[in-house]
Amino acid sequence: MQRRAAFDNLWLAGALIAPQLLLVLVFFYWPTVQALYWAFSTQPPFGGANQWVGWQNFEQIFSDSVYWNSVRVSIIFAILSTSLSIATALLMALMVDRQLAGHRVYRFIYFWPYAIAAPAVGLAFRFIFAPDAGFVSAVNQFAPNLWNPALKGWDAMILIVIANSWKMAAYNFIFFLAALQAIPRTLIEAAAMDGSGVLRRARDVQIPLLQPTLFFLLVINITESFVDSFGIVDITTGGGPARATDLMVFKIYSDGFKGLDYSMAAAQSIVLMLLVVALTFIQFRYVERRVHYA
Amino acid sequence: MIERSPLLDALTHALMIVGLIVTAFPIYVVFIASTHDLPSVNQVPMSLIPGNHLVENYAKVWSKSDFGAKMLNSLIVAVGVTVGKVILAAISAFSIVFFRYRLRMVFFWMIFITLMLPLEVRIVPTYAVAADVAEPLRWLVWLFGIELALPPVNLLNSYTGLILPLIATATGTFLYRQFFLTIPDSLVEAAKMDGAGPVRFFIEHLLPLSRNNMAALATIMFVYAWNQYLWPLLITTEQSMATATMQLQKIVPGPLFGQPPIWNEAMAATLMVMVPPLLVVIFMQHYFVRGLIASDK
Repeated sequence: MQRRAAFDNLWLAGALIAPQLLLVLVFFYWPTVQALYWAFSTQPPFGGANQWVGWQNFEQIFSDSVYWNSVRVSIIFAILSTSLSIATALLMALMVDRQLAGHRVYRFIYFWPYAIAAPAVGLAFRFIFAPDAGFVSAVNQFAPNLWNPALKGWDAMILIVIANSWKMAAYNFIFFLAALQAIPRTLIEAAAMDGSGVLRRARDVQIPLLQPTLFFLLVINITESFVDSFGIVDITTGGGPARATDLMVFKIYSDGFKGLDYSMAAAQSIVLMLLVVALTFIQFRYVERRVHYA
Repeated sequence: MIERSPLLDALTHALMIVGLIVTAFPIYVVFIASTHDLPSVNQVPMSLIPGNHLVENYAKVWSKSDFGAKMLNSLIVAVGVTVGKVILAAISAFSIVFFRYRLRMVFFWMIFITLMLPLEVRIVPTYAVAADVAEPLRWLVWLFGIELALPPVNLLNSYTGLILPLIATATGTFLYRQFFLTIPDSLVEAAKMDGAGPVRFFIEHLLPLSRNNMAALATIMFVYAWNQYLWPLLITTEQSMATATMQLQKIVPGPLFGQPPIWNEAMAATLMVMVPPLLVVIFMQHYFVRGLIASDK
């Protein structure tokens, strides 16, 4: 899309884009290339230059059951929190879009959680779901340790899924509501004239028209659950108990900065990068078709 | 829509109220817990009526971990990222959209691709770069065969190190580009005919027109930067450079320390971390929503 009218001052054009390019080169391309290099080399134990080892690091992580555990846990987390947050957000958006009395108040408050930092969300939910304080531990009066995220893997998983979904549902709500409001009112009215009720219109008109948004949100939510969950995990469960919530991004952090094994962390980063890039590609391919340059 | 469906309406209202409670309850609990003393905060279930230790708890957290300084650090980082992003993204998009040169699209894609990989997945090498920013330059110098020894430049424990990597993304550039593309050619032609050069056109025409875009970008960047956790956790080792979000981790003694968390103080700190971005979002609601949707994140 070349503009007809444009300026020709090359020096100025270069100067304007230079700072952004420099930042991107130094903090994006350089680290990405370096991650690749580290992933295919190891640091000798007594210092010195890295030695090229080919696929050895990848073979090592792929034969490590602890790594596969983190993959499994990440997938469970992604599926659970994505479905929970998308389902609740869709329901809320459909209801707010009906514009009953007070809908502005709901619309105003429903998106608040997205503004809150992941560790703050994590800490709030850690308190509410604490085994010996807060609220949920009231169930422990019936049987000791009925609920204990510090000891039971699944309890810990449920805790981080709920905390993450609470935050992401707010994000999804914004997108669903915007998409619902973009549906021409005449379409809904026509359906109503044909005698379809609220539920029928939701099922046969609104939800089908929301499909692009739904697809976009699916990809974003899965990606976010892979990369953005660090804050919640670190502050609620710390990857435990017994690695039950040891998500991939958390394991990269603990291997790289606690274990100081850059090569292993880099190899894992590359796997995660490929996953995220694959998801983004799917999204771009799909989203491109509905992008209009107004 | 005018139609009578009393049963469904009642159900909708009921569910929306449930949604409201689910949304607001955790925030409310954080506030209530921060007003109780230690014994009553640890009651199960905790009382939902405010206690009378509010001032005491906040004063304690504020002085105990030097929370004021941490909040100030968070604010500096958030404002730094916001301002840096709003300016850098505007001028780089201006260059891409309004100038004619061959590398234009190459540069655009180079910046655009950064949308694909969030900071979290390349965290280890980015940390290494921050530990010595001169490394890429040294390599470039070596590539051109120049003999030059560059001293290491360390960005750890500095505002620069906290801010710059967060600015190195395409979010804003893309947002501005989409907007700049909607500006009619006739406007550019008219400005040129009136003798305006690129700089004048940018300042007198483009900037005023992009006010809404800037506000939208500024709100999402402020929230994004304030809420950063992993990056500050890595790059700051000195307490004087710690941010408020990082401090949350230190304020709760974990199970490792073998003692029950001091929940009332932890919740007071949590509320203080929550409030600034929440206020920005509440007062700039319109721009925040617009920014989120327009940038596709």
